[in-house]
Amino acid sequence: MALHEDKIKELEIKANLIRQTIIEALVEAGSGHTAGPLDMADIFTYLYFYGLKHNPKKPDWPERDRLVLSNGHICPVLYATMAHAGYFSVDEYKKTLRKFGTKFQGHPHRDFLPALETSSGPLGSGLSQAVGMALADRIDYGKSGDRFFYALLSDGEHDCGNTWEAVLLAGKEKLGHLIAIVDRNNIQIDGFTEDIMPLEPFAKKYEAFNWHVQEIDGHSFSAIDEAVNRAKAVFDQPSVIIARTIPGKGVKEFERDYHWHGKPPSKEEGAMALAELRTLGGKIKSEHQ
Amino acid sequence: MLRQDTKLNPKLFSPNVEQIPIRKGFGEGLLATGEADERVVGLCADLTESTQMHLFAKKFPNRFVEIGVAEQNLVTVASGMAAMGKIPFVSSYAMFSPGRNWEQIRTTIAYNNRPVKIAGSHAGVSVGPDGGTHQAIEDIALMRVLPRMVVLSPCDAIEAKKATLAATKIDHPTYIRLAREKTPVMTTADTPFEIGKAAVFFAPEKGKADVGMTVTGALTHKALQAARWLSEEGLRVKVLNFATIKPLDEKALVELAREAGAIVTVEEHQIAGGFGSAVAECLAARMPVPIEFIGVRDLFGQSGTPDELLEHYGMGVGHIKDAVRRVMKRKT
Ligand SMILES: Cc1ncc(C[n+]2csc(CCOP(=O)(O)OP(=O)(O)O)c2C)c(N)n1
Ligand SMILES: [Mg+2]
Repeated sequence: MALHEDKIKELEIKANLIRQTIIEALVEAGSGHTAGPLDMADIFTYLYFYGLKHNPKKPDWPERDRLVLSNGHICPVLYATMAHAGYFSVDEYKKTLRKFGTKFQGHPHRDFLPALETSSGPLGSGLSQAVGMALADRIDYGKSGDRFFYALLSDGEHDCGNTWEAVLLAGKEKLGHLIAIVDRNNIQIDGFTEDIMPLEPFAKKYEAFNWHVQEIDGHSFSAIDEAVNRAKAVFDQPSVIIARTIPGKGVKEFERDYHWHGKPPSKEEGAMALAELRTLGGKIKSEHQ
Repeated sequence: MLRQDTKLNPKLFSPNVEQIPIRKGFGEGLLATGEADERVVGLCADLTESTQMHLFAKKFPNRFVEIGVAEQNLVTVASGMAAMGKIPFVSSYAMFSPGRNWEQIRTTIAYNNRPVKIAGSHAGVSVGPDGGTHQAIEDIALMRVLPRMVVLSPCDAIEAKKATLAATKIDHPTYIRLAREKTPVMTTADTPFEIGKAAVFFAPEKGKADVGMTVTGALTHKALQAARWLSEEGLRVKVLNFATIKPLDEKALVELAREAGAIVTVEEHQIAGGFGSAVAECLAARMPVPIEFIGVRDLFGQSGTPDELLEHYGMGVGHIKDAVRRVMKRKT
């Protein structure tokens, strides 16, 4: 069943709010990553407010789906989304990101935030962990298990051999409950992925490793929903959703520029970005005007 | 007092002493050594500017290879290039190189005896807000345990430049430890530098030292501050800076232990297996004296400002002074 229009509206508003929270937290932190968190806000919103089986009040609920964030540097979007979903205080997140003693470490650390499925930051290790979880689930429940294992990856970490080792293994093991979602934003630190380490033909690579492959617009909730549903319906193959995204999505001045990979907005840039988000890029009047 | 013959920066103790990130010295050194020797090639794993290899990459695009986020490939490709007569410099964050690719370094570089130069930037907890995943505090241990590996740990940008130039000239696989943050410039162009030699940075005005400090890396500045305070309190302190951790300058170390009869070692690294361990291994065998260790005690790093973290993990000036007082009590 297609996602209802009202639901899509609701998710869009939520994602906008989450983008605002990301900007506020980064400005306050004074360091951190901007491009990836903004471009993955729609997918995180979809998962935590619709697609994912989880319970913010019971983060250790055994029946929950597992979400492994492999590219830990985009944690501002993970924290912001989990905060809005009710795992912890939005305010505390905005005030303490990356500060000494915070739950919200510069890269996710389970010691400080036990609701996380894993710690990450060093790239290329997330997919293997999700494969391990899916394999363990299959040992316990066979194909009748009803938990899904989501691995969120970046395109840049497809430079890492470890990622492809996991792709190979998941294909061999036909892990139907494994769903990888790749942030295909075409940037990494040194520049555009196709200049630094070309990945194309990207979808064909996954196909050759016996995965079920879908390429979607990563900013369309109906496309995300359809792709996730289709991925869940595939039982004899792991699934990858290659989500084409616009780095820095939502703030025109940040979009498509790899320099925003790893720096936060200044106070002024943050204010500009917030105004843009609150008015949906000038389409509506802000209540603050 | 600061040793005159070491020609240190006279503004070293000034509150507005010039501060430059150590990694910058590497970038300048690589450019200079690349100009002097055309066998030098550079390889980087998607951190070209952050590790300061961009200067070399711009000047010598034909001798630079962008490897992408693939540290295992980074060092193994470098080994292949060394086999063909090149002198490869590879750079990444220390956490990923040698953190991620240690076995590849062991087999294809050290075991094969290839003169690859591995620059590990962003070492230590002073990386700050990025947090524990990015703070390499195990890399000295990882590298000094490898046969043939030379381990350099410069204290400032000027020393890092000299270390980079010197690394080209030796045939050994070499690790150069670098830090992210701005670090006070302690040395000058005239400060002597030689691989394998420690240098006296601070010594009593007259007479034998009561206590010796052996230090490496950026924390040398904190050690010198502690030494100055302690000497104002009447203690005679000698500080030896070890820009080379391996091969260790055992002669200078044993002499210091003999003279002072008590040692405090200082490093921004796990105590287990690090520079202090190298000091202890040598002195236990050749000149046993009480030793106190400044470093991280079996913990991971976390987010915070560099100073908050150095204090939290027991590597502040006050901790160094306390360690000196403790070791003095143990002196027989
Ligand atoms: C193993 C490892 N090597 C290097 C890094 C440093 N690093 C952090 S992000 C990044 C760029 C990767 O590209 P991508 O994840 O696509 O970045 P984004 O699209 O979010 O800008 C690199 C090289 C790392 N985190 N882990
Ligand atoms: Mg990317």
